[in-house]
Amino acid sequence: MKEYPADEASREEVEIRSSGDVVKARQAVRVLAQQAGLSLVNQTKLVTAASELGRNTLIYGGGGTARAVIVRDVARVGVWVSFSDTGPGIPDIEQALTDGWTSGSGMGLGLSGARRLVDEFELDSAPGAGTTVTVLKWAR
Amino acid sequence: MDNEESKRLLELLTARRADLLAQWEETVGASLRGRVSTAELGRELGELYDAVVDAVSKGGLAGRGEHFAVVRSLLVELSRTRARQGFTPTETAVSIFALKEVLEPLLAGSVEDARAYLQFARLLDDLGLFTVEEYARTREEIISAQSQQLLELSTPVVKLWDGVVGVPLVGTLDSARTQVVMEKLLQALVDSNSAHAIIDITGVPAVDTQVAQHLLKTVVAARMMGAECTISGIRPQIAQTIVALGIEFGDIPTKATLADALRHALMEIDKAAAARPAGLL
Ligand SMILES: Nc1ncnc2c1ncn2[C@@H]1O[C@H](COP(=O)(O)OP(=O)(O)OP(=O)(O)O)[C@@H](O)[C@H]1O
Ligand SMILES: [Mg+2]
Repeated sequence: MKEYPADEASREEVEIRSSGDVVKARQAVRVLAQQAGLSLVNQTKLVTAASELGRNTLIYGGGGTARAVIVRDVARVGVWVSFSDTGPGIPDIEQALTDGWTSGSGMGLGLSGARRLVDEFELDSAPGAGTTVTVLKWAR
Repeated sequence: MDNEESKRLLELLTARRADLLAQWEETVGASLRGRVSTAELGRELGELYDAVVDAVSKGGLAGRGEHFAVVRSLLVELSRTRARQGFTPTETAVSIFALKEVLEPLLAGSVEDARAYLQFARLLDDLGLFTVEEYARTREEIISAQSQQLLELSTPVVKLWDGVVGVPLVGTLDSARTQVVMEKLLQALVDSNSAHAIIDITGVPAVDTQVAQHLLKTVVAARMMGAECTISGIRPQIAQTIVALGIEFGDIPTKATLADALRHALMEIDKAAAARPAGLL
């Protein structure tokens, strides 16, 4: 994903160790989305994506870190969010991004759905090397 | 007994038991300002005093050691009672620290006494901190019990109409909450002899795959009891998010507002009544 200048004062970081932390991360993302002026629909989409990714970090990654910051491009403002863990990683990324595929008991829509909910999406993962998912949603 | 200091202490604590205990009770009583009865306090501190003397005589002054097990269990009890009675952690710990105050004038005479006093003071500090830890643990238990109660209170299932029950969901829908909602809803269906349930999600800020899965499970459970569920309160931003996520509610009726859902349920009831032979006659 391209790097955009960040609004450092807005930077947030939440350790994800329990489902309460996922809610905390989600709330932090909502506050930034409101500050960045995202529409109600876009706020809800980004918050929902954060909820999905945060829960994956907790369940499959065994916990990790959520980071969020407001970023700026030439003529637009957005919210950048990343979730990192040092868990087992994803062996087959294409499969993980397939609608309906789950290795657990979920709907298998979290990852693929989150990708559709945001404007930019990047998934870095390798077996044994952990997983980082980065997303960005612009205000329009 | 491990050294001179604890020997000196034990002599003093044993010889002047009645006197020291009375002073201790008085100091603690004053700090708690009569909110614990004198008899109660006398019993608590008496037991504690004897247990401390016993522990020191068995294994010395290391408060976290095995020989202090009885003392610690008395302190657990004390902290729990104080937490429930609404005392602060400070008020709880001060009960232990007060014994230092009582002993201080008696052990200021010689260098040996001063050393004994310091060691005993360290032990009491340790035990005081232990009460604070226990106090905090008890408060946490109380709080989590209360939030469980709140959970039950905050998911009221109401009878909306003859044959229709509704549950307005507000806030985050996690697994524990869903379980409560599901149980209450199913019970209300039975109790009110209803065949329709409306789950209103106007107050749910975001519907992700977990929330959706919980909702679907609730609907399936209601169906197994012969009841139909309608999901209402789907606001525009939630509708768009659900679609983008790819969640399908299948043949479960969804409505924008609670009023729409109620109208739908009443129409279904009318249809069912019209289809009954008695209705045709
Ligand atoms: N952080 C991660 N670490 C390791 N594996 C992951 C991680 N995130 C996702 N996966 C894998 O990708 C699969 C698909 O994830 P996705 O979020 O789409 O579905 P799910 O979590 O199984 O179900 P849902 O999110 O719909 O409740 C998961 O089942 C899991 O095997
Ligand atoms: Mg998921």
